[in-house]
Amino acid sequence: MKLRRRTLVLATAGLIALTGCSASGDAGADGRIDGEITVLTQRTDLVDTVFEQYKREFAKVHPEVKVTFQGITDYEGEVKIRMSSRDYGDVLLIPESITPEQLPAYFEPLGDAAELQKKYRFIPEQTYEGKAYGLAITGNAFGFVYNKKIWQQAGITAPPRTPAQFLDALRAIKDRTGATPLYTNYRNGWPLAQWEDLRASVAGQPDVITTMAATDAPWTPGTPQEIIDTLLFDAVAGKLTEEDPATTDWETSKKAIGEGKIATMMLGSWALTQVRELAATPEDLGYLPFPSQAGGRFHSAIAGDYKNAVSVHSENKDAARAWVDWFADQSGYAAGQGGFTPQLGGPEPAILSEFTSLGVTYFELDRSQDAVVKKIDKTAEIGLYQPAYRQTLIDAARGANGKSKQDVFADLNRRWAEAKAQVTS
Amino acid sequence: MGRSQGAGDLLNGTRKRRGRATPWLFLLAPLVLLALFTYVPVVSMFFYSVTDWDGLSPRPEFVGAGNYEQLAGRGELFEVLLVSLYYFGAAFVQLVLALYFATVLSFRIRFANLFKGVIFFPYLINGVAIGFVFLYFFRPEGTLDSLLSLVGLDGHPWLGDPDTVNYSLAGVSVWRYLGLNFVLFLGAIQSIPPSLFEAAELDGANRWQRFRHIILPSIRNIVGLTAILAIAGSLSVFEIPYIMTGGANGSKTFVIQTIDLAFKFGKVGLASAMAVVLLVLILLITWVQRRLVPENEVRA
Repeated sequence: MKLRRRTLVLATAGLIALTGCSASGDAGADGRIDGEITVLTQRTDLVDTVFEQYKREFAKVHPEVKVTFQGITDYEGEVKIRMSSRDYGDVLLIPESITPEQLPAYFEPLGDAAELQKKYRFIPEQTYEGKAYGLAITGNAFGFVYNKKIWQQAGITAPPRTPAQFLDALRAIKDRTGATPLYTNYRNGWPLAQWEDLRASVAGQPDVITTMAATDAPWTPGTPQEIIDTLLFDAVAGKLTEEDPATTDWETSKKAIGEGKIATMMLGSWALTQVRELAATPEDLGYLPFPSQAGGRFHSAIAGDYKNAVSVHSENKDAARAWVDWFADQSGYAAGQGGFTPQLGGPEPAILSEFTSLGVTYFELDRSQDAVVKKIDKTAEIGLYQPAYRQTLIDAARGANGKSKQDVFADLNRRWAEAKAQVTS
Repeated sequence: MGRSQGAGDLLNGTRKRRGRATPWLFLLAPLVLLALFTYVPVVSMFFYSVTDWDGLSPRPEFVGAGNYEQLAGRGELFEVLLVSLYYFGAAFVQLVLALYFATVLSFRIRFANLFKGVIFFPYLINGVAIGFVFLYFFRPEGTLDSLLSLVGLDGHPWLGDPDTVNYSLAGVSVWRYLGLNFVLFLGAIQSIPPSLFEAAELDGANRWQRFRHIILPSIRNIVGLTAILAIAGSLSVFEIPYIMTGGANGSKTFVIQTIDLAFKFGKVGLASAMAVVLLVLILLITWVQRRLVPENEVRA
């Protein structure tokens, strides 16, 4: 109770106190690449194992480069604060909250976006004024991780094609098995933010961001945003989710879905590898598309995970660039994590073969209005990629805050419209 | 022996010259820390509060009182202060309990030191760990529900029910901070000259009378101080609800809202203005409280 403003104060003190100091070495004027580089990663679970292996492989190609890793648990929060100093590693993942016009101040351009797009996927996700700033470490599809055995026990054999069928399936699971039909991970929060990635899958629209930037009311019946949030609302209102959302636990849930205590969780396809690793019978776990079809087919957007980039303050930019290229082309990280390779035309992840065979069409989003949507979102304090507004929606659905779905959507629309007027004026 | 004698002489010889400087030398370390980690950040917080800084851009723009004007027009940002009432009520319970335990344990009691340890111990545990421990404590079929079922009561979603979430969190806060108040009170009580108690005992005063007429007047200053800390603390609760619920389900406090604005929505300028408002609010309440309950001159 006695912890005061200190946290904010300390955070700002940190900003002032951190000043640059980085490794030395030369950029290899004779064409040889050497020097020391520091690589930041969010995979604290892999940094001492898989990443050490990468280091040895990389040393075979560039023996003169010395690589050091820094695993960071709260990657997004910590790195953004470090970026106001000059010392934020030589290679780092671009934090999601960086807006496109901020890119040139912090990162080296990797080349013309048009040129790189001939070789790589996901380039437009970190591009500003025609220059690309990051190469994706892997790519994801979006849908639901589910326990096939539980779904079969409940008598569901074909993937639901509409939200109503999906809710029927969850109800059958509740009635016929002991499992929690859908687990929201309300307390951890970030899994709720993942629902946002489904919006493009609803009707297979690559222009969903552009449409959103142009609308005054994204939560209007029939829009992708409204359809996904309504599905979440209805599932909670129908008591098809966990009993006490306030005490959910992500680490436990990863195990519980393999044990059949949980039937379904909305997560990016990256999660399938992780839940299978913890399951006694990994083949029980599969991936479901969003219950919506256009032209008789399911759709899933694919999007890049974090992007590797070179710090503008790096003293060994050639060595850092060499790592970024090597990581995208040769590390095998994407394949190892069951993701889509950053290179165009790379093999589709084997772990998703069943998902693909349901007839899912993959596509990338049009990102041209990404910056506008991000700006409206921040100004409105909605947080499309933050858990807070979906937590409010869940509270409304379980009757905990006295609001109806319409109340929540009307409030979101009002804030969106006001912020849009402010941003575009 | 001879050497230490000599050293003593030397000290005596220089004591006069050092006399003035010595207290300042001792104070140097805490003063530097205080300036570096309290005053410098507070000054920069004032600076940020008149800019539109987003937490990242190298050149924040000066907006004057813009952030404060925005705050004045957004009453909903202050609604969360109502949540502080739960913690304020809890702080009152906490003070009474701490005073009770401190008084009881200042008398001669078996296992007094063990109980002192037990009461103070939670304050030594890391706040994050406490948050996680109590998550398990409150979850369905968790520790609390198991205990209740032993006496035949039903379980309850303590953190999931909007009617109980703030009571549960405030309860954790009492558990955590009771020890600190307790130690402050105990220290003050133990500094009361024992001759007073002896005299009271001879005069046949019972324990309540000894508390009412000796202990309470002697520790008035410390009670006043803890009351101010309790109010300031309940206005700026952060750690326990942030770790346990993240501010969901109606448990959001003013500081959680500030952090969200600064780090989730990139409005560091506005958030700094909110922090300044909170600071002013606490100073104001402290001032009013001092006027209402005047205290004895603080002894030098």
